[in-house]
Amino acid sequence: MQKAQIKHPFLTRRDIIGYAILAAVIFVLFPAILDSFRLNLFGKYLTYAFVAVGLTLCWGVGGILSLGQGIFFGLGGYCMAMFLKLEASTPENTAIQSTPGIPDFMDWNQLTALPWWWEPFYSLPFALLAVVAVPVIFAFIISFAMFTRRVSGVYFAIITQAVVAILAILIIGQQGYTGGVNGITDLRTLLGWDIRTEEAKTTLYFVNAVLLFTVLFVAQFVRKSKMGRLLIAMRDQEDRVRFSGYNVASFKIFIFCLGAAFAGIGGAMFTLQVGFMSPTLIGIVPSIEMVIFCAVGGRMSIIGAVYGALLVNWAKTTFSESFPELWLFGLGALFIAVVMAFPNGLAGVWVEKIEPLIKKFWPGGAKDTVAPAAKPNPAE
Amino acid sequence: MLDMNNKNFVLMVEDLTVSFDGFKAVNDLSFYVEPNECRVIIGPNGAGKTTVLDLICGRTRATSGSIAFKGKDLLKMREDQIVHAGVGRKFQTPSVYEDLTVFANLELSYPKGHSVFGALFFKRDEAVRQRIEEIAEMIFLSDLLTQKAAFLSHGQKQWLEIGMLLIQDPELLMLDEPVAGMSVAERKKTAELLNRIIADRSVIVIEHDMSFVADIATRVTVLHQGQVLSEGSMEHVQNDPKVVEVYLGH
Repeated sequence: MQKAQIKHPFLTRRDIIGYAILAAVIFVLFPAILDSFRLNLFGKYLTYAFVAVGLTLCWGVGGILSLGQGIFFGLGGYCMAMFLKLEASTPENTAIQSTPGIPDFMDWNQLTALPWWWEPFYSLPFALLAVVAVPVIFAFIISFAMFTRRVSGVYFAIITQAVVAILAILIIGQQGYTGGVNGITDLRTLLGWDIRTEEAKTTLYFVNAVLLFTVLFVAQFVRKSKMGRLLIAMRDQEDRVRFSGYNVASFKIFIFCLGAAFAGIGGAMFTLQVGFMSPTLIGIVPSIEMVIFCAVGGRMSIIGAVYGALLVNWAKTTFSESFPELWLFGLGALFIAVVMAFPNGLAGVWVEKIEPLIKKFWPGGAKDTVAPAAKPNPAE
Repeated sequence: MLDMNNKNFVLMVEDLTVSFDGFKAVNDLSFYVEPNECRVIIGPNGAGKTTVLDLICGRTRATSGSIAFKGKDLLKMREDQIVHAGVGRKFQTPSVYEDLTVFANLELSYPKGHSVFGALFFKRDEAVRQRIEEIAEMIFLSDLLTQKAAFLSHGQKQWLEIGMLLIQDPELLMLDEPVAGMSVAERKKTAELLNRIIADRSVIVIEHDMSFVADIATRVTVLHQGQVLSEGSMEHVQNDPKVVEVYLGH
């Protein structure tokens, strides 16, 4: 028996290669080959990668399928949008309104004063804190209520979907407070810095990329800690974990809240890069799409989640530019194809098809080969 | 009401009843387990054997009665608290984490880092490593530590689950049919293993294999329709006409 094989290092050789390639693609390749418009578009795609990475931990590793990640993406995005909207709604900018100094949609809805819960969003530190805290608190309430009552599996998934539908309806219904179906639009500056210019969009792309890598490393840390193995154990044998002395609910709540925090950051970066936030981005369909990003990437793979988000969103843009009515069918077909042909998604293709090829032509890279009994898992 | 702090018993089950929609799976059951005793529970199918273990480890909630473990009222505790109090439970079908290595299976059962942050910042020190190797040797899996549990044979999975309990060092170990589905050779090895591990703890075993029962039991409790039909040494219950009538005779 070799002790060396029992290690779970933070980064295996495969991880290092994977992250290096991903960093090269995001930091070098995209900025080099894409024009400013397309780069902004890819920046938008990457905001969904935050959600997909959270889903990898929740669903792929932990077995908790959430069809409601749009909730947290949206809450993060709205928190950011509220700050930006308040900054854009100076009395000078809104002088033509009957009540100057409040967001335009409030004025249209006959509100004459800013609601009290909008007030704190004048502060950027508060808004940034809220981007993470609001989704996490909301996730905590949902997951605490569900997991301490042992609601799990498909029942949990359906409830998250119901919650996302309720939230979207609530936002649309409360036009005066939320901007309704149009969302919060016409966002202009961040502390006086115009976010609509090309330079600003390029800068935000890189800010987004750095944040994404931060999130990736947090996810990697969780994945490689005992927590990561415990999540797999919970997914496969929940009772055994419970009767080994773990309070299963607390672990599920933790990982669900972590996924919500990631999604919240993604939502905020979406708002900053795209310049608005609306309920159409957080409803049932977008929430299911987020699960598909994760599935296409390979639901156990953190890096795969990023490629999944990029690939599906890119395909969506490309197809819906030419055949807008066919996109949903294409998405469904893609999901079925992945489940049938590549259950481990892009990560599985990499591990099963591409790596053996590399090893064939570059035998030096084969040191990492695992003992034949332990078939390489795309998750590891 | 009996004195819960009675030091003579590790486990005191009294007047225990659980009713599923009116059906009493366990009916007014009382029994007592002494330190270092190996109690085997036998009985026909549906006698309530597994339900008794479920009640003790908190998986099923009792309708009435009491279960005291070393003076603690188990009925008021959550499953994980019961485990931390010192009660370990093996399930009937082998429950191991198939996607993880044998080593990781044992490590997750090691009694450290059971909180969320404990698990995030758990460090595998030399003590953990040594303990895992020690247990692996006991359960005949030393050479398979890096193997995924999915690749183990049925018998090896049973041993692994026993090992996962041993590493917790419980004062009361409950095993539900530990030799079910094992080959003759595996049964012998398991009996040897159990004889070694029951030496310094109390054990409750559910088993059908009579030669195996005779091999390990200190005392035998025969359950029938949720009640104790007979209790005593192996010879005593084997010669009890009531037992012969409902169980052994068939």
